[in-house]
Amino acid sequence: MSVTWLLLPMEAGTSGEGYTSPSVEDFRFEGTFGVDWLNKPLWQAIIAALLVIVLWLLASRRLKVKPSKGQYVGEFIYDFIRNGIARDIIGPEYRRFLPYLLALFSFILINNWFGELFIFMFPTFSNVGYAYGLALTTLVVYIAAGVKKHGRGYLKSALIPAGVPPYLYVLIIPLEFLSKFITQPVTLALRLFANMFAGHLVVLVFVVGGAYLLTYSGNLGYNAAGVISLIFSVAIFALEIFVGALQAYIFTVLSAQYVSASMADDH
Amino acid sequence: MITPNIWVPLELDLGPLAPAHLSEILMGIVLVGLVWLVLAKKVVPAYEKMYAERADAITGGIERAEAAQAKAQEALAEYKAQLAGAREEAASIREDAKNTGAQIIAEMREQATAESNRIIEQSERHINASRQQAMEQLRREVGGLATTLATKIVGESLQDDQRSKATVDRFISELESETESLGQDSWQ
Repeated sequence: MSVTWLLLPMEAGTSGEGYTSPSVEDFRFEGTFGVDWLNKPLWQAIIAALLVIVLWLLASRRLKVKPSKGQYVGEFIYDFIRNGIARDIIGPEYRRFLPYLLALFSFILINNWFGELFIFMFPTFSNVGYAYGLALTTLVVYIAAGVKKHGRGYLKSALIPAGVPPYLYVLIIPLEFLSKFITQPVTLALRLFANMFAGHLVVLVFVVGGAYLLTYSGNLGYNAAGVISLIFSVAIFALEIFVGALQAYIFTVLSAQYVSASMADDH
Repeated sequence: MITPNIWVPLELDLGPLAPAHLSEILMGIVLVGLVWLVLAKKVVPAYEKMYAERADAITGGIERAEAAQAKAQEALAEYKAQLAGAREEAASIREDAKNTGAQIIAEMREQATAESNRIIEQSERHINASRQQAMEQLRREVGGLATTLATKIVGESLQDDQRSKATVDRFISELESETESLGQDSWQ
């Protein structure tokens, strides 16, 4: 491990003069090519999308009935989404939503793992806008699924749970509206964002703090603590790899769940 | 950075919850949409096609096995039927042979009887002819013998008298008629 790249997050003019703890500012990036919004997370998102597309196209080339080793890996991930999420949660109509769920899972997974990957070292979804974008897409998908299934009756089926007496409608309808069309997508986005943001912050604390302590002159105790901190950061990285996969899974499962709920006959 | 304004309570500082750029949201949607499109057009159909083929191969295999089993059953039934037919045929052949054998024996017996009858008849006829011939010869010889004897006797006595001559004549005629009637009776 070279110490120089570990110091990268400290680039904000702190050269040698005291410790700056990692903060929100470490999640803001300058634009490239003079365009303000064309920043590092955006490039990461574009690269991740292209990477996902290329990997899936490669994985789906020349599929055999008897799988090779390479195909087996692709099939494992595909089956995981297809059978484990789409078919189990949505049921017989899962086929229509499978491409979206697969795209969602692989796009989020790759972006999350960018947080632990050299060169990038930043989880894209710790910039909240991307999480909002995906949650909005899921919102549109499950509203469309409900409208296609129930037609005009979708609002009624979404807002009035089965078996609720009419005098409770005043209470239930606003609550259901809030839950279905505001809380669900917002929590979906925030869950992903917060996990990635917090995870990256913890990584920064251990790595930046550890590197600072390690290079602190005149105190061997600090340096030893820095070593321990850096070693421990490896465990944090491993945890973040797990959290990244888990959050991708949760986002996909909940999206499937919302689609399933909006297509359900009773409520 | 927006400075918090206490006079406008709705204007919140969301901190990291506010996206730095609107482009983040838009690009998030566009990129996941792009991935979605490619997966829906290329990847998922390819996988589903392969799965369908695989399912087909598996159920096809089961169907083929079932067909083979049915075929084997059919062959077994056919074989059994053939065996039963062969047994029946063998029994009928045996029966036929028995019948034919009996017929042949009966025919042979009949033939043999006819042959023996024919041989008996032929021999009888032969014997009769021989006897007739012998009789005639005998008669001729006896006649001659008698005549010779008679001549001898008569020759001596004829010199004696006329009466003896008449006696011999009478004897001869009697002998002749007797032989005639005897020959006619005994041959019958």
